[in-house]
Amino acid sequence: MKVTGAEIFWRCLEYQKVKVVFGYPGGTTLPIYDALVESPVHHVLTRHEQGAAHMADGYARASGAVGVALATSGPGATNLITGITNAQMDSVPVVFITGQVVSPLIGYDAFQETDVTGITLPITKHNYLITDPHDIAPAIKEAFFIAASGRPGPVLVDISKDAQMAEIEWEYDDSPVQIPGYRPDLSPLPADLQAAVETIQSARRPVILAGHGILISGAMLEVLEFAERTQTPVACTLLGIGAFPGSHPLSLGMPGMHGEAWVNQTIQEADLVLAFGMRFDDRVTGNLKQFAPKARKIHIDIDPSEINKNVPVDIALVGDLKETLQKLLPALKPARHDEWLDTIQSWKGDSAVRDIQNLPDNGHLYAAHVINDLWRETQGEALVVSDVGQNQMWAAQYYRHEKPFTYFTSGGLGTMGFGLPAAIGVKFARPEEEVWAIAGDGGFQMTQAELSTLAQEKMKINIAILNNGYLGMVRQWQEFFYDKRYSATPMVGPDFVKIAEAHGLTGIRVTRREDVVSAIRQAREIPGTVLIDFHVEKEDSVYPMVPSGAAIDKMIRRPVPQAQGK
Amino acid sequence: MRHTFVALVEDKPGVLNRVVSVFRRRLFNIESLTVSHTHQPGISRITIVVDSDKTEVERIIPYMHKLINVIQVEDLTHEPCVSRDLAMIKVSAPPETRSAILQLVEVFRARVVDVANDSLIIEITGDKEKIDGLVEVLQPYGIIELVRTGIIAMERGIPRLLNKTYENQGVKLPIEYKMVS
Ligand SMILES: Cc1cc2nc3c(=O)[nH]c(=O)nc-3n(C[C@H](O)[C@H](O)[C@H](O)COP(=O)(O)OP(=O)(O)OC[C@H]3O[C@@H](n4cnc5c(N)ncnc54)[C@H](O)[C@@H]3O)c2cc1C
Ligand SMILES: Cc1ncc(C[n+]2csc(CCOP(=O)(O)OP(=O)(O)O)c2C)c(N)n1
Ligand SMILES: [Mg+2]
Repeated sequence: MKVTGAEIFWRCLEYQKVKVVFGYPGGTTLPIYDALVESPVHHVLTRHEQGAAHMADGYARASGAVGVALATSGPGATNLITGITNAQMDSVPVVFITGQVVSPLIGYDAFQETDVTGITLPITKHNYLITDPHDIAPAIKEAFFIAASGRPGPVLVDISKDAQMAEIEWEYDDSPVQIPGYRPDLSPLPADLQAAVETIQSARRPVILAGHGILISGAMLEVLEFAERTQTPVACTLLGIGAFPGSHPLSLGMPGMHGEAWVNQTIQEADLVLAFGMRFDDRVTGNLKQFAPKARKIHIDIDPSEINKNVPVDIALVGDLKETLQKLLPALKPARHDEWLDTIQSWKGDSAVRDIQNLPDNGHLYAAHVINDLWRETQGEALVVSDVGQNQMWAAQYYRHEKPFTYFTSGGLGTMGFGLPAAIGVKFARPEEEVWAIAGDGGFQMTQAELSTLAQEKMKINIAILNNGYLGMVRQWQEFFYDKRYSATPMVGPDFVKIAEAHGLTGIRVTRREDVVSAIRQAREIPGTVLIDFHVEKEDSVYPMVPSGAAIDKMIRRPVPQAQGK
Repeated sequence: MRHTFVALVEDKPGVLNRVVSVFRRRLFNIESLTVSHTHQPGISRITIVVDSDKTEVERIIPYMHKLINVIQVEDLTHEPCVSRDLAMIKVSAPPETRSAILQLVEVFRARVVDVANDSLIIEITGDKEKIDGLVEVLQPYGIIELVRTGIIAMERGIPRLLNKTYENQGVKLPIEYKMVS
């Protein structure tokens, strides 16, 4: 049967079971958009290609399937760059499709020609430039395979317009992908597994650093079993949140720069650190030379290049986490660490007295109150998507997650503007569930145009803006480390309520603590998207905080008198 | 310290760029680089020499492995191997100095591959030190042009790199894998 390259493209997506594509059309994707008319795939027209990229990213994180974003050549493709990098940093499987100028013009600075495969070479797991229609199907098949297997990541396929237009005789070839140098299926050596078992069994003060790899691998039950059997406390990284139930007695909370003080203290005192699918990001480790100085370290990770990258480890088990834990578990005998767990418990007291939640009401509205109320009102069941900055840290600290795949955020790249579009992607993946986007006033404005996408798609999500009138996270650094010289951080924002209304959505403004709960309830009841503009304490900071370069137990803590209302 | 990396890669456009980017991104200066086909269709072989004291240089291997088109990588730095470089040196050779130059060519077991009125092109193959040696002694006579292919290297004995071929790797790749730590 004769088909065009563009038709082949959509058929390939159908074979990959793609249901939704986020994109923005242009000259070099006209054939693809024309063929879309006949395709059952739902296309979401975004307001900026960055939005499309983050939506596909959010969709992938929430669904476990590969996300797809589509853009035209030149400016369309370059607008994707931030979103591609974001997916790369957080190991999210997204296939990016870009149109390219007709192949005879490639290299001639044709209108809207950009060397997209060149630009994205270091920010993709792999990429393809396709100029022959026969290569479209194999490239798409490989792209999905590479994106989703091993350590996931973004793959870009750049398809020239003439390849999209050409008609060829074609049938789908569903033979398995063969890539000689690609090895997503490594597994650890038996001798190393044995050594790990012995080390685990002899530990007296163990701690698990639970990372995003647990979610990617689907190893939540194995980790739970491991932790319970060996009585090992668990600290979830920012991207590991949800990998271990937040209310479990062995759950510690988040480690690192804005982690809980007792968590960092636990790591520093531990005699064994078990890193499960986490990459020792500098926000987690602080000063590397002083990180977990008393501990032996076992690292389980699917990516060999992560081993010994930041933290030298004693035992490395390279392989899929779930499979590896399944090999370890039968050999592990039950253990108790009562004394260790009691010690950790005793460290928590000091933090409790500093927690803004536990301090007398001084009439001010703190972001922590908002998140905490949101958590209570939604019984911790909502899908929370946060932007970047203070709002992100408060969302991580005050919304406790019991289930996996319920908290989504931009960790490695820290991309402001991620929240709203990612939340749209999450809602597409899990339409039946309640989705809350949490953003700062700064980050929200970076991609707020996607409100219009929400309206066009008639979607219901809820948006909480923690409006402090500042680029708060940067202001905080200026307060702590630059003598409160607030340079370019005060921000005059728009009337967010009117912005919501301008899009046909509902806007609510909250300035007092006592109005938080009713606004949240209202938002949950209204059928359409609701945006709540929470005017929170302007100069509050995220505590505790490890200054960059310091050891993780050298934290700046919330001064008790300040929190008590001055 | 000088490190020699050898990689077997898929013979496709852009692959060299990907490999070199691994070095560029980490600010390694590549001293020499050779790429050529192998006896196996579809597979090219790259030899890269970097001179670096950075400790991360060994980390290059897992980063190269991470590239989808890279099939095999080895660090031959500490392995017994044969390495060769080939140079063509155009040296000024008027009648007064010509015989002295020819004597040097003889001593170094080099060859004259082109003779012109006032110059010669000398070809020499050998390891880096041998070529450096000839270049040094020819310097006073006036080197007009010099080109070197860059190091190629091969491990002695059983070829570790080539026994894992395209065919026997297939899709199911070696399941057991020990980190080059
Ligand atoms: C303002 C800001 C502040 C931050 N502060 C903190 C903080 O205080 N604390 C904190 O924890 N983070 C913080 N972060 C996030 C931080 O930057 C990192 O993104 C995060 O720590 C990375 O978590 P991770 O290593 O678990 O996940 P990733 O970076 O996603 O790494 C996942 C790891 O799992 C491996 N993996 C993937 N699949 C598998 C598999 N199947 N089997 C085994 N392994 C697998 C991967 O190879 C990789 O090594 C902050 C970010 C921002 C923007
Ligand atoms: C695209 C982008 N630009 C700049 C930064 C640096 N940055 C990190 S947090 C932050 C402030 C965020 O302000 P806001 O969105 O209001 O959130 P807040 O910290 O006030 O909660 C900035 C500018 C970033 N992370 N991303
Ligand atoms: Mg702000």
